[in-house]
Amino acid sequence: MSTFTATKRPRRLYRNLNFPLLLTYRLPLAGVVSIMHRVSGAVLFLALPFLLWLFDLSLISEVSFERLRGLASNFLIKLVLLLLIWSFLHHLIAGIRYLMLDLHIGLGLKSSRTSAIVVYAVSVPLTLLAALRLFGAI
Amino acid sequence: MARPGAIGSKRLVVGAHYGVGSFLGQRITSVVLVIWVLLIGLSLLSGSLSYDTWAAMFAPLWMKVISLIALLSLFYHAWVGVRNIWMDYVTPVWARLLLQSITVLWLIGCAVWSVQILWRV
Repeated sequence: MSTFTATKRPRRLYRNLNFPLLLTYRLPLAGVVSIMHRVSGAVLFLALPFLLWLFDLSLISEVSFERLRGLASNFLIKLVLLLLIWSFLHHLIAGIRYLMLDLHIGLGLKSSRTSAIVVYAVSVPLTLLAALRLFGAI
Repeated sequence: MARPGAIGSKRLVVGAHYGVGSFLGQRITSVVLVIWVLLIGLSLLSGSLSYDTWAAMFAPLWMKVISLIALLSLFYHAWVGVRNIWMDYVTPVWARLLLQSITVLWLIGCAVWSVQILWRV
């Protein structure tokens, strides 16, 4: 009968991420999708009054509709709108990915990596398209 | 509730499953929102956007009802998400309670406003 002596090797200690560590931490793309899903959701929540106001302007009358057109021709408002469009598209497409994951579709490491790439491969070009449309290139 | 001996590993873990309700509610409302967005997006693709076509889209009662359901879904969806954010990052109970209360009241306000927006057309 042999006796085992526990080798006391110092184990690596994992703690919560702190701020300096956050800057160097290599987050996988799926992690980026995850945090950006939260950020985009928060942005859309904060923008709710603005968005409802725009929706209201678009529907009250022809005069308010034209006022909305005028507002939307302002460069700064265009930038805000582009940020909101990007938030919306990211939240929508990443959200569809999460619905699939909840249905246990694409849970594997490889497929979830691929779907994280797809989120950006779809949302970024659509945002660029919206930017071109917004700034009058097309 | 307190059965004798029901302590430690013998403790009965049940809970009221509120979390499951919120989880499912957020998923179901997200599906409603995707459908609503597709409905509006697809009808915008056919034809140019003017005030008349835009307002005509929201004129029928069924579209107002669908849109209100979608917006209420949005506010519930936002409530679950924003509540999660407060629960994750705000630890003092008083601050969390305050922020959650403001969020609820704010979203109810948005819901009332949505009714007026839709029924004014």
